[in-house]
Amino acid sequence: MDNPSPYWFLVVFGAVALVFPLIPLGLARLWFLVFSPQKPSKEKNAVYECGLESKGDSWLQMKVHYYLYAIVFLIVDVEAVFLIPFAAAYASLPIGAIVAMLFFVLLVAEGLVWAWGRGFLEWK
Amino acid sequence: MTLVERIDQAPLLLQRWAVSFFPALLQPWVAMLISAAAIIGVFASLFALSTLAERKGLGRIQNRPGPNRVGPFGMLQPLADGIKMLIKEDIVPLRADKVLHFLAPIALIVPSLLVYSVLPIGRNLIAMQCQLGVLLFFAIGASTELSIFMAGWGSHNKYSLLGSIRAIAQMISYELPMVLAAVTVILATSSLDTVNIVEAQAGGFWAWHAFTPWGAIALLTFFICALAESNRAPFDLPEAESELIAGHLTEYSGFKYALFFMAEYLGMMAISGMAITLFLGGWQAPLPILNFIPSWMWFFGKLACFVVLFIWIRGTLPRLRADQLMNLAWKFLLPIALLNIGLAGLWVKSSGWIAWPISVILLGLAIVGLGRLLRGSRPRGGKRIYRYAD
Repeated sequence: MDNPSPYWFLVVFGAVALVFPLIPLGLARLWFLVFSPQKPSKEKNAVYECGLESKGDSWLQMKVHYYLYAIVFLIVDVEAVFLIPFAAAYASLPIGAIVAMLFFVLLVAEGLVWAWGRGFLEWK
Repeated sequence: MTLVERIDQAPLLLQRWAVSFFPALLQPWVAMLISAAAIIGVFASLFALSTLAERKGLGRIQNRPGPNRVGPFGMLQPLADGIKMLIKEDIVPLRADKVLHFLAPIALIVPSLLVYSVLPIGRNLIAMQCQLGVLLFFAIGASTELSIFMAGWGSHNKYSLLGSIRAIAQMISYELPMVLAAVTVILATSSLDTVNIVEAQAGGFWAWHAFTPWGAIALLTFFICALAESNRAPFDLPEAESELIAGHLTEYSGFKYALFFMAEYLGMMAISGMAITLFLGGWQAPLPILNFIPSWMWFFGKLACFVVLFIWIRGTLPRLRADQLMNLAWKFLLPIALLNIGLAGLWVKSSGWIAWPISVILLGLAIVGLGRLLRGSRPRGGKRIYRYAD
């Protein structure tokens, strides 16, 4: 049989890494069962919000600003992903390809400047 | 093989020796299992050591002894902490999303361990040589953000949710300059393979990428982003205890909390390892004469320096404000990193020394200009008044 692809390591390591936190968690569960049975109560298992009683639902609506950051992030991140294969091939690229890439980077940089000018990057 | 080479390759030889007891069919799988167990064993014990170093170091900085009761000089403190975490009651809030609350620490620790598979910790000592190693590292590393949001959402606590949202905003913002800083190295070495990147820096410390104009700036950018990505002070806003209790960790106790803690340190060490691989020569010795010291000792020595630096910075710098944090990422580090890629390209094509003055002038102008721009946006409220405690 041929050797398995080295990328199987990620699967093996993933499985081991999954078991690794489960062992102490299981041990802790065993300890509760044998030595210290849990005694849950309404006060003890309430959420801790600085000692005051929790008011209303915690799953709140978020400020739209977080989403603006996320959208700008998405654009620049995709640009970074495009930059990586370009960078890996850079040493053997002709000058035309490099100029084309420069335009691409400048376009995205211009988008960043636009977002900056519109105040999307201001934390409020 | 000489004795020096034997010591250098000792982990690999040990692995081969252990594998040889198994039938040929199983051997590659057993080798993988041994690598996985070795990575977990080594870095989990380093985690224990660095918690002790952190508490001792912070104690020294704050003029107190630090842990000194358990064992000689408090050396057994991590062990005591572990036992305490194991037997502490695991409290889950009644209104929490039980499944998410349980899965979050596990989903956090798995990617923080998986990133180590592409880090070369010594000559030939890499768990999985991968042509896209750098990309894989960032791709797996980025999925920790999801786990932090799971923790914040699953806890059903306002402070947790706020902390995790802050953490995500911070981590995605700082990921961009970090990846762009790594792109400069990919440009210079034409490779995404971490082993090739380390080998490109052979010969001595002057061949390391940190000793080029673009490399120095990229290393600084990368290091600042590493601080922010691992939610360490001065970027510990998601866990700012004076504002958010403990952020997404608020509702966690017992060993789940320990897992979060461990993931933070593992992430910190992984990112330091990546910084070493990309910019500081990985396992290469700084001088060719020092090659008799095993390569993995150089890697772990450099890693120890990074961890000490992290602790030192935590003990020294105050926490940033949220708007300062976002401004630093988007309006300072990101433009600098973009400019830096251009300079790295110039460096590669112009064969060295011509690029020095151009890089220094352009980078200097960019840093001073952007710095002044950001200073100008600070709210001005007349003369500053300083009050000192007596």
